[in-house]
Amino acid sequence: MTTITADGHLDDHAHDADHKPAFFQRWFMSTNHKDIGTLYLIFAIFAGIIGGAISGLMRLELAEPGIQYLQAWASMSNGTEASMDQAYHLWNVLITAHGLIMVFFMVMPAMIGGFGNWFVPLMIGAPDMAFPRMNNVSFWLLVPALLLLLGSSFVPGGTGNGAGTGWTVYAPLSTSGSAGPAVDMAILSLHLAGASSILGAVNFITTIFNMRAPGMTLHKMPLFVWSVLVTAFLLLLALPVLAAAITMLLTDRNFGTAFFDAAGGGDPVLYQHLFWFFGHPEVYIMILPGFGMVSHIVSTFSRKPIFGYLGMAYAMVAIGVVGFVVWAHHMFTTGMSVNVKMYFTAATMVIAVPTGIKIFSWIATMWGGSMTFKTPMMWALGFIFMFTVGGVTGVVLANGGIDDNLHDTYYVVAHFHYVLSLGAVFSIFAGFYYWFPKMSGRMYSELLGQLHFWIFFIGVNILFFPQHFLGQQGMPRRYPDYPDAYAYWNEISSIGYAVMLVGVVIFFVNIIYSMFAGRKAEGNYWGEGATTLEWTLSSPPPFHQFETLPQIK
Amino acid sequence: MTHYVKAWILALGLILTPATLSAQEALPEAPSIEPAAASAVEAADAPAATAAAPSGLDPELYTPMKPTPGIGMPVDGGVDFQQQFSETGKQAHWINNAILVPMMFGVSLIVLGLMLWVVVRFRRSANPEPSKTTHNTFIEIIWTVIPVLILVVIAVPSISLLANQFEPAPEDALTVKITGYQWYWGYNYPDNGDFEIISNMLSEEDADARGEPYQLAADNRMVIPVGKPVKLLITAADVIHSFAVPAAWFKLDAVPGRINEKVMQIDREGVYYGQCSELCGARHGFMPITVEVLSEEKFNDWVRANGGTVKGDEAADEAEAETAANDNTTDIASAEAVAATN
Repeated sequence: MTTITADGHLDDHAHDADHKPAFFQRWFMSTNHKDIGTLYLIFAIFAGIIGGAISGLMRLELAEPGIQYLQAWASMSNGTEASMDQAYHLWNVLITAHGLIMVFFMVMPAMIGGFGNWFVPLMIGAPDMAFPRMNNVSFWLLVPALLLLLGSSFVPGGTGNGAGTGWTVYAPLSTSGSAGPAVDMAILSLHLAGASSILGAVNFITTIFNMRAPGMTLHKMPLFVWSVLVTAFLLLLALPVLAAAITMLLTDRNFGTAFFDAAGGGDPVLYQHLFWFFGHPEVYIMILPGFGMVSHIVSTFSRKPIFGYLGMAYAMVAIGVVGFVVWAHHMFTTGMSVNVKMYFTAATMVIAVPTGIKIFSWIATMWGGSMTFKTPMMWALGFIFMFTVGGVTGVVLANGGIDDNLHDTYYVVAHFHYVLSLGAVFSIFAGFYYWFPKMSGRMYSELLGQLHFWIFFIGVNILFFPQHFLGQQGMPRRYPDYPDAYAYWNEISSIGYAVMLVGVVIFFVNIIYSMFAGRKAEGNYWGEGATTLEWTLSSPPPFHQFETLPQIK
Repeated sequence: MTHYVKAWILALGLILTPATLSAQEALPEAPSIEPAAASAVEAADAPAATAAAPSGLDPELYTPMKPTPGIGMPVDGGVDFQQQFSETGKQAHWINNAILVPMMFGVSLIVLGLMLWVVVRFRRSANPEPSKTTHNTFIEIIWTVIPVLILVVIAVPSISLLANQFEPAPEDALTVKITGYQWYWGYNYPDNGDFEIISNMLSEEDADARGEPYQLAADNRMVIPVGKPVKLLITAADVIHSFAVPAAWFKLDAVPGRINEKVMQIDREGVYYGQCSELCGARHGFMPITVEVLSEEKFNDWVRANGGTVKGDEAADEAEAETAANDNTTDIASAEAVAATN
């Protein structure tokens, strides 16, 4: 990996495991998996702040019936007085940006790019990723992707500025329904983010298959590595389909094709099939690495090996495989035939089985253990219960006949925020607290961590639980305003946001505190329960680790 | 109870967030369900009280029915599904409340209970020496098989519900063609001379004047006869919309270039509201659906008021030509009959 071998002096430096390049070279031309992981995490936090702020704007507008703020915000963005329709369009831009940012620029970069980059090589005893430069390319593709998406908010997108198509970008709203460059920019943003993820996936698969330390068979591999491996395959198979679909959108928009235009022989529903063939595996892409992290945390803080390791690993494989054949449950109301609807109902329910195996195996891991309740463990416990709640509403929605009423209502919003905002995000926080001292060399504040957990936990439950009620009462998604009957639970939901926000502020206080005043962390600060290879290294690990490969027995 | 919970949550929010949304400060009076329920009973006694504003149609033939509060629309602070007025809707509602909700509570409480138990029983101070167990094939089989059985129990009624929902309409069923536009609905009656009703959202003032809920009420309604399967053909002219009536457990996308078909049957006369349920651009939130369900007779009168034709009317017309003198009186008589039933 060291290409500067002509000069003997530089070569000497390269042999020093902790030699770090100068600032620009280190952070902008990095080939080090840990530095790239750090970049990904910083990027995810930055995007998370934007995506979270957007949801704050939305909860503020929805706190009471009527349009209170949208018009003023739209005027600010326009520079001139905005019409009511432009205000409504701004709403659609907000929901679109919130969805895309949280999925592509927060959860995926944090889990796969951040924790995956940091800990897959450490856990398999590898010195780095298989393709370090490609690793850097895949991070730096994300930056223009986010800039394109954010930039699209300031150019015309139909009724007003920005892409107001929803994160699903359904045709024909995204083709004939949205004039102007905003949607083109959003599509290109997705292309770049998708390319970034495909490169990352190739890198992870190669690394995991070829760079495991001697003795580490696939069946001895830590579960987090398993989860990233399955995720990488899902990315590799699903993202090209998205790329194809949005490329067809682009040509429909700009070059006169009619893939999704019925008047030209195309079909708008075809787009939905292509999108959800990507989109459903995508939701597992967002949760599987979380499963892996939670497994390690539960095991560490129970001081007990994972229960049913093989079942856990193959449950993830099963979820990944079945995840590819259930996509049309997102399309139950598009007018499919009864047999197709029955098939997708049954296939979707099947996913509950491997998911159940995981939940019960985590509990069995704790059973008989000797548990402590440090911050990462609290997040992991919160994850297990909240993911269960999100899972059972998923079983309800899996029924095509029941979904007829709930489809595109707040019930769906509540469901996927329970599995993502209280599932994926909880696991990200769990992993963050678990590994933050390993990455930074500084312990976080346990008090602030616990406070963060409890306030966030209460806040998101007040925020999202009432949305089940709104959905059952029939309130549709993606509405900037609502009839008075929905006012009560919307107001409580918005209060929940404010509570959650306090938790997030504590999180940032904790990071800043730990960076500057945190206690120095030992190599294995969690003690005997933490058994994977990253705990054999110092905190933070040397710039280059495992120059002599560890031997796994 | 709900007041208490709300006050508690509000207090918590205010304590934790000194800078809570200023909008929250003006909300102390909790919305109360009782008055609405009371008026629902009153109104139910006179479900067909005529609305204040004229519909623009011949008032002798049709005056828009007033909605019954709490029926066919969301209720303040409601948590359950809207009350159902179709066979399949009742079946689906039953499956949800009798099978799925207990399943959700059961599974969630079992997981919560087990977690609380391990937290108490296996915390470090209670169990300093962890066990080394990593496998138990029997229990792994159990927690694979039991969820499968639960899913089978859910799947059986769920599949039968789907079959019922796809029951085709009888050949003589009334057909209504629904078209989604940006941002309003069009209702065609091909069996009745193919007149089209254009349905836009009522402004807040007009909705108030007609005693209807703002953002749910439309100026012209889709009218169907009560207790009969009606074949809905749903399409769109521009982008995808979705036609939804929660009180009939009905939702079907309106896709340009496709005609989706589904049967709607509502078993009670009344007004039922719904909202567009697929993101369709700026005014997606402002193209509500209002369905008025009338008796066959009143439905026919509504058709006539719109200049449409009613089956059997041609025969009557011929008879009319012969007995022109009688005709006026029977017309008036039938109009009076309508007024009486109103």
